[in-house]
Amino acid sequence: MTRLTFRGEDAAMTTRDSDRKAAQTRRRGVSRRGLFKGAALAGGAAVGGLVGGVIPSPFTPRAASATDKPLKLGFQAHRTGIGAGYGRWYERTTKAAVKLINETGGIGGRPIELIVEDDGTDPKRGAEVVEKFANLHKVDFVFGTLFSHVVIGSAPRAGELKMPYFVVSETPAVPNGQFSRYVFQAGTSDVRSQMVAVAKWVLDKFGKKVTMIFPDYAFGYAHRDYFGAAVKANGGTIKELIPIPPRESSFTKYFPRVPSDTELLYHVMVGPGVLTFVREMGEHFGSNRPQIFGFIDSLEGVDMASPGLEFLEGTHFWEGFPRYADGLPTRAADFYRQKVGMTETGTYVDDPKDTAYASHMFGCWETLFAIKQTVEQSGYVDPTAKDKAAFIETLENTRWFNEGIEHPQGHKLFRGGTHQAHAVQFISQVENQRLKVVHSTTIEDSLYEPEYDYTKQPL
Amino acid sequence: MSLGPHLFLALLEGTVTALVLALTALGLSLVFGVMRIVNIAHGEFFMLGAVLAWWFGSLVGGSALVGFLVALLLGPLVVGAIAVASDWLILRRVDYDPESTIVATIGLLYIIQQIVLTFYGGDAKSVEAPVYFRVSFPWFGYSGYKLVVAGTSALLLIGTWIVISRTQMGLYMRATQQDEEMAQAYGVPVRRVYALVFGFGAALAAAAGVLVVPMQQAHYLMGLDPLLLSFIVVIIGGLGNLRGTLVAAFVIGITDGVISVFFSPTLAKILATLLVALVLVVRPGGLFGEEEA
Repeated sequence: MTRLTFRGEDAAMTTRDSDRKAAQTRRRGVSRRGLFKGAALAGGAAVGGLVGGVIPSPFTPRAASATDKPLKLGFQAHRTGIGAGYGRWYERTTKAAVKLINETGGIGGRPIELIVEDDGTDPKRGAEVVEKFANLHKVDFVFGTLFSHVVIGSAPRAGELKMPYFVVSETPAVPNGQFSRYVFQAGTSDVRSQMVAVAKWVLDKFGKKVTMIFPDYAFGYAHRDYFGAAVKANGGTIKELIPIPPRESSFTKYFPRVPSDTELLYHVMVGPGVLTFVREMGEHFGSNRPQIFGFIDSLEGVDMASPGLEFLEGTHFWEGFPRYADGLPTRAADFYRQKVGMTETGTYVDDPKDTAYASHMFGCWETLFAIKQTVEQSGYVDPTAKDKAAFIETLENTRWFNEGIEHPQGHKLFRGGTHQAHAVQFISQVENQRLKVVHSTTIEDSLYEPEYDYTKQPL
Repeated sequence: MSLGPHLFLALLEGTVTALVLALTALGLSLVFGVMRIVNIAHGEFFMLGAVLAWWFGSLVGGSALVGFLVALLLGPLVVGAIAVASDWLILRRVDYDPESTIVATIGLLYIIQQIVLTFYGGDAKSVEAPVYFRVSFPWFGYSGYKLVVAGTSALLLIGTWIVISRTQMGLYMRATQQDEEMAQAYGVPVRRVYALVFGFGAALAAAAGVLVVPMQQAHYLMGLDPLLLSFIVVIIGGLGNLRGTLVAAFVIGITDGVISVFFSPTLAKILATLLVALVLVVRPGGLFGEEEA
């Protein structure tokens, strides 16, 4: 396998968790620092991709030079529909990662040919796009779906077509076993692990009487069920559940249902109405508010200085990847920011009004590097049944994706049985109209008992 | 919260919804009444108003109030002009045939949506409210701007009523609505009336869009909800019947507010849809429509 390094610099980046380093050492029999030293020696000239071979790998790359025809990747994008804002940043991130990979030797020596298809954030069109990728474009892999209803509409078709399919969604439907052996979530964590990771800290700090406001469909139910369970597991009680129908545009009428003895108000909303939601929450409660903890999904792509958000000052949010650079001051994260065009304050470099979807889009970057690593380790060449099987089994046997340029958000623990990556999570407080990271979890915090084992399915 | 304040909030919400809805639906009703066509793109004119409000706001910069007033003045004018142009370019070419215009306006809906998506983008963008204050009741707080919206909508509705009942243009409109051929015989420039009515209807929707956008956000798909609600209101009130439209807007707005607060917003939508079905079965012409001969 090859590993990217920073140009002309010692690539020994700070790793925040020595446990994982030890785990890594046990598994590979070689220390990370040793790897980096080797990489740095060889990498004086190398941006990366050229240092393969210094790293002992359990797999022999047999295909690196077997062919140099492009590897076709199908990117299922939410270019239009309610996910269009996410889609724009997913595409930016994807193109930046593809550019970097192609500049540094491609995947196993082969350039990536990226094919983008818009699914309109529509489950039905999602399934059609998957078919188009398989039958018309004949791609090797498909990735990029975010909205859970589109995932649920598209992923089963990918399984039927035996097309390796990487969602970048956070949907718990992947680790739950709802799909097939061809569906993975390797670049980002799932909602359940996020809840499990943050619940204890949040309940200890803010109080145990919880009211939850969430969208009235699958995405919201995942929050309701998993955070609800985590609340109970940590000795809390759910005072009230307030589901909000999709496409709602006015929220004032829901707030009277929040019981007055609520200590912690938990909110997660998506779609174009989110800003209205937060603003009307502020108008309703004023200064007489309970503690408020939300998922940043409520404000992804929204400028924290938007009018009406003053009310959020002092409240807390979950973040998947800190929007502001000081929340994750690693060299890998800075490098990634620069490549995708995200400034230190989380806006687009060419347009300060274009706020990034920072907590989600890193998943596209990391998914692409997970595909790269797996292709190189498995010796995948063509979309034949044999090569696909090798690819899938290699990925299922992967335990860690290590922090670095390839995985700037942090280490990922990958569970082959559930096809799901686990990551560190961040909790940030709104302070002077910025998000400031006040707590980061460990990967262990995000683990739960696996409910499914995809490896038992036939290929 | 106890019953009293709860009901108060419900009525407050209902009234605001009703007034904005009345403004939006009135345009649709007017177009149907005078031109006998169903404008599926009506919601897009609402959306265009909202998007233009954002655009004028960022163009003017500085004070939110100035930007908003410019938008409230120019937004409906621009949208009205676009509507007049599409009347001339599209509707006139299909000779205002009821079925063709439905298809044509569906096309118009997509064209407007995609143009906005291309040039404005797929993001929901917020517009600062021209006046922002929180009305603090003893039990809950309420957006002061929403009350401003309700007041402005009421003024615009009164203005529309004056235009229709007191001006020559209004006379032409009513004449055309009653009998197109007879009106033409008496020298009413029916074609020009059509264009103006289409523009005026669109301008009303755009005005509602401008008013609403600081409470919501400008998004290229935001036109669908107002379109559906307008249809519900217009069907209940009687197609082309302006008084019926107003009454139906209040019935829908207030019941939506009350049922949403006390039960669930989904139930409110279910009941509104049931009401439409009931009206179509029992009084196909609408509650205030003329009985069919």
